[in-house]
Amino acid sequence: MAEELKDIVLKYVTKEYLEDDSEPLTYETPLISGGIVDSFSMVSLKRFLENKYQIAIPDEEATPEAFDSVNKIVALVERFVAKKG
Amino acid sequence: MSNIGSYDERVKDFSWSIAEKELGYAPGDVINIGWHCTDRICRMGRADKVALHWEGFTGAAKTYTYNDIRLASNTIAAFLRGLGLKPEERVCLFMDRIPELYLGFLGILKTGAIAQPLFSAFGDESLLVRLANAETSAVITQKKHAPKVRKILDKLPALRHIIIVDHDGAAPLKEREVAFSLEKAAPVEHFDVHPTTAESPSVLHYTSGTTGMPKGVKHVHYSLISQYLTAKWALDLRDDDVYWCTADPGWVTGTSYGIIAPFALGVTQCVLDAGFSAEAWYKWIEKRRVSMWYSAPTAIRSLMKAGDEIVKKYDLSCLRHLASVGEPLNSEAVVWSARVFGKPFYDTYWQTETGSIVIGNYPGMEVRPGSMGKPFPGITGTVLDPVRNEPYPTHGKIGLVALKFDWPSRMRTYWNNPEAFQKKFRNGWYITGDRSRLDADGYFWFAGRDDDIINTAGHLVSPFEVESALLEHPAVAESAVVSKPDPINLEVVKAFVTLKPGFMASQDLDLDIMNFIRKKLSPLAMPQAIEFVASLPKTRSGKIMRRLLHAREWGEEIGDTSTLEND
Repeated sequence: MAEELKDIVLKYVTKEYLEDDSEPLTYETPLISGGIVDSFSMVSLKRFLENKYQIAIPDEEATPEAFDSVNKIVALVERFVAKKG
Repeated sequence: MSNIGSYDERVKDFSWSIAEKELGYAPGDVINIGWHCTDRICRMGRADKVALHWEGFTGAAKTYTYNDIRLASNTIAAFLRGLGLKPEERVCLFMDRIPELYLGFLGILKTGAIAQPLFSAFGDESLLVRLANAETSAVITQKKHAPKVRKILDKLPALRHIIIVDHDGAAPLKEREVAFSLEKAAPVEHFDVHPTTAESPSVLHYTSGTTGMPKGVKHVHYSLISQYLTAKWALDLRDDDVYWCTADPGWVTGTSYGIIAPFALGVTQCVLDAGFSAEAWYKWIEKRRVSMWYSAPTAIRSLMKAGDEIVKKYDLSCLRHLASVGEPLNSEAVVWSARVFGKPFYDTYWQTETGSIVIGNYPGMEVRPGSMGKPFPGITGTVLDPVRNEPYPTHGKIGLVALKFDWPSRMRTYWNNPEAFQKKFRNGWYITGDRSRLDADGYFWFAGRDDDIINTAGHLVSPFEVESALLEHPAVAESAVVSKPDPINLEVVKAFVTLKPGFMASQDLDLDIMNFIRKKLSPLAMPQAIEFVASLPKTRSGKIMRRLLHAREWGEEIGDTSTLEND
């Protein structure tokens, strides 16, 4: 699941938040600290993940650090998907 | 001893001439913010002092001395003049917090043109209304933001030049575009600075209006007098400080106190062009040995949320003085900062229209946590009875925050909108649009906005602008936008939406509408909550009653509903 999830998140972030498509994202590109996704836009990214995977990420877990790269987001989502069973 | 010394003594014998003398200005002289922030400091023998430490999110870093920023601003100014840009033409800065933003601002002012900074996260619609209203002649931007300008180019006949500061030749320049590289350009040692005077226009910042489109707030070069003295007294900026203003120059704090005031004082400031994270911010303070830190309540509350333990990982003993601006600073945040940093955040209050701090807590007086503080020396402030338009004769009543409109950095008008400017006054008082009460000792206590404007993370968002944009979404029939309480951002945008026939409420539609507004206007304006409703409350004359929806969100009394239409 991880690889598919990584691909989905990467494509979504690229489509929705990347302004300059000449510099492609990697799984490790800093999203929040790199200024690609700001704290307000993080709300819509969180909403996308919650809708797509039918999970609820509590606000205290939705930190800038947890959303700072595709890999970190995937780790977070996997944790909540596993909780859901 | 703080710069202000005794607040009460300063109030007694105050005159703005204190700042004029320190800046070597006499009425009638030439005054140019770009020159005062660079050439003047060099002439004072501080050419080699560090003016700016800059670091980007990739770790790229640059340091500029005062002589470097003098040369760089000269070089940009010469380039702009070479393009044929004339004094008082509007030149927009549409960039991330890269050095060219700060240096370009000073360069524009040196030419006598008007600097129009716009937040780089603005979407094309937000950009269009502001550039069209200002009839902007040139935009200085980065290649990553140029597509947003290209998209609206056909609607901007006055826009002659799009200056790309990081063009690498990978893709050809397009219509009206020109490349400029500060690093490759030959430094200009001597630039004939335009002889602006006190009332020459300097900066045009846009702010949200309640019922209309954004308003361009026109400032003049004489604003320097207020910005200089308030930074010295209210922020207590000193010659040996390392100063960090966390605001983006797309907003007024980022220009008044992120460019003009610190450079006019000859202080070393640092800029971190990266998104927020508690770890990154503390690391930056430690690395740069920041001594004076000017930030915003939303950031402070986010740091509180990150916890106390993380603070202990860093040596933050360099911090000498802390101040806050943008929205009311809650008393918990003041108490928290006193506990974890050993010093409280001093709240300051001002607006785009005031150009500089007008009410604040100062090092020279007792801080009352949760209070806005007292008027800056030389400024007369009161709480006005909204019915009589007179100051309340007794303290304790909530009314309108009003000011005598006579300090140097006050706005001069709204661009192309003198009617809106006139509406800001009642009975000789400038009405800020905020409500507060005064206590027995003359401290102001914030009580909320007096209009529908949403203050989210210190930035004002117009419900009207969001509602107008929502109507452009194919699924939206009608909408009403109000604020919703938020523990970090104070308020966030909430939209109530009715759908056109054939559309069904769903999670996907909710997200689609959010992203639609984020891209069209800005992430700040994006509704963080959308409620799909069958109908909106309206008056019998058909006007949407936002007030009812607002009261519901805030758990307030609904009030008079006699004009409510019966479904």
